[in-house]
Amino acid sequence: MPNDVCACKTSYPRLATAGIDGWLVQFNNSLDDAANRAALAFAAAARKEKWPGVSEIASTLASVYVRFDPLLLTHDELRARLAYLLDSKDWLTVDLPLGRKQFCIPCVWGGERAPQFEDAAKAAGMMPDVARAVLSKTVVRVQTLGFSPGQPYLGQLSQEWNLPRQKDLTPRVPPGALVLAIRQFVLFGISAPTGWLHVGQTAVRLFDPTREEPFLLRPGDEVVFPSVCEQTLVDLQSDPTGGVTCEAVS
Amino acid sequence: MTRAIRALTEIPGASVQDLGRSGYLGMGVARGGAMDRLAIHEGAALLGQSSDQAALEFSGAGGRFQVLGGAVHVAITGAQMSVTLNGIVLPHATTGRAEQGTVIEISGARAGVYGYLHVDGGFATPAVLGARATHQASGMGQQAKMGQVLPLGPAHERESGLTLDPAPRLSGGLVRLVRSYQTDHFSVQQRERLVHTDFIRAAQGNRMGVRLEGGRFAAEGALQVLSDIIVPGDVQMTGDGAPFILLADCQTTGGYPRIGTVLPCDIPMVAQAGPGTALRLQWVSLADGVIAESKAAQHIADLPAKVHTRLRAPQDIQDLLSYQLISGAITGWDEEERSR
Repeated sequence: MPNDVCACKTSYPRLATAGIDGWLVQFNNSLDDAANRAALAFAAAARKEKWPGVSEIASTLASVYVRFDPLLLTHDELRARLAYLLDSKDWLTVDLPLGRKQFCIPCVWGGERAPQFEDAAKAAGMMPDVARAVLSKTVVRVQTLGFSPGQPYLGQLSQEWNLPRQKDLTPRVPPGALVLAIRQFVLFGISAPTGWLHVGQTAVRLFDPTREEPFLLRPGDEVVFPSVCEQTLVDLQSDPTGGVTCEAVS
Repeated sequence: MTRAIRALTEIPGASVQDLGRSGYLGMGVARGGAMDRLAIHEGAALLGQSSDQAALEFSGAGGRFQVLGGAVHVAITGAQMSVTLNGIVLPHATTGRAEQGTVIEISGARAGVYGYLHVDGGFATPAVLGARATHQASGMGQQAKMGQVLPLGPAHERESGLTLDPAPRLSGGLVRLVRSYQTDHFSVQQRERLVHTDFIRAAQGNRMGVRLEGGRFAAEGALQVLSDIIVPGDVQMTGDGAPFILLADCQTTGGYPRIGTVLPCDIPMVAQAGPGTALRLQWVSLADGVIAESKAAQHIADLPAKVHTRLRAPQDIQDLLSYQLISGAITGWDEEERSR
């Protein structure tokens, strides 16, 4: 096979190609909070550059993807620009971008609506009431959006929540399901199978193309899931906002 | 009333598609759009309109439609699907005029998988996030259910009998791929074996991707790598080691290792390879990949200039449309059609 220089460095951060029309700036090869913050900050900075020939910039858990038109901008030119921006500061220690919000999303923890909550609590070594008290007050950050429109990966939870994914998939969780594994939550926007533990249920609508702002959450936003009872959830499911409130944090 | 096309039958897998919605990857939205993007460009060239116009994509199965509200100029591209307008054959990749009330009948694909019905003015279903492309899982776009009325954009005249020669891509072949950011997770031996394997497109496949049979591959070390960006064309090794080539509606991120990425210009060949079709993979350098993409872009730019009047045999001197007055007649245009 051709001997392209795909990965320019073996240590992190590193630059690597993603297909013929993309560069990926990777801040780590495993999830850690600093790498996620770096990805969010670097994506925001790269967007501000408005490089001609770049068609989109997306941050993921620990990297930034830059899609470009290789007929307008060469791989080498864009790599040089990305490398220059990368070297301009220590991205692992910079502040998160401005304009972030904190969302309060009411959640039923456990019971029939979230049948794996007790399993998760047990695996984390906590009584269910303690786990509910802890998780319902934990502020997590939208690390990235993916899988379905506006669907967040949220973290990073403390070490006791480093629970493995299940081998056997749950055939289907409903929209608004909050699932947990490997120190993260995922809040499902659509009904889907999952190997993560279904610990909470919300009435959130993450994506609604008829809204002026179709996406509820953006990467970098903060989220907290206060505990509500099942009857409250039923009421919220007929409320277009799902009971979600938000305020600015930066 | 405004012009529209009504689906008279249930058409599994048919949906409105265009070139997709770019710029929302970071919000969890795949670009999506037509599985065979070249077919969208070919249809636009045939009808003399922008490639931004939406077409109706068929996934193997055809169906019947009726033209409402005024005449429509149509053309079919992509998979080989026989088309009749009130029973009169319309050859593949050829423009035809369908008067109000005309029944358009489209048969299942004979070669290839994804066929496209193009109309002058395009399908004018509501755009979501700047595109009409249908992404079923997230409720965007429009499928062609039985009875569904699909509105059309503003009409413009187009001569009938215009055609072009579609680039061959319906029967598999050599698919070029470039290294990607996870290629190093695979040993040199695995990477070499990939391009020395005779694959066939497995039965399993949809708008998210197609599975290949012929060899099993595995990344070194960890089974799961950190979830990261996925792009269409990525060749992903799933749990059992069979490669999946990810296509238009692939997830935006994922944790299965990916060995490389198929060039965008070769994706139509992958999408159009039906179950059992032979495919080979070939590594190309980034430089050669850019050259290939440049040629493909030039090919698309040249399509309008390559549209020409279809040559007719002497027995076909009567205009196609005149046959609409004679129920059940055939045109004799298409040897293949006539022999069926």
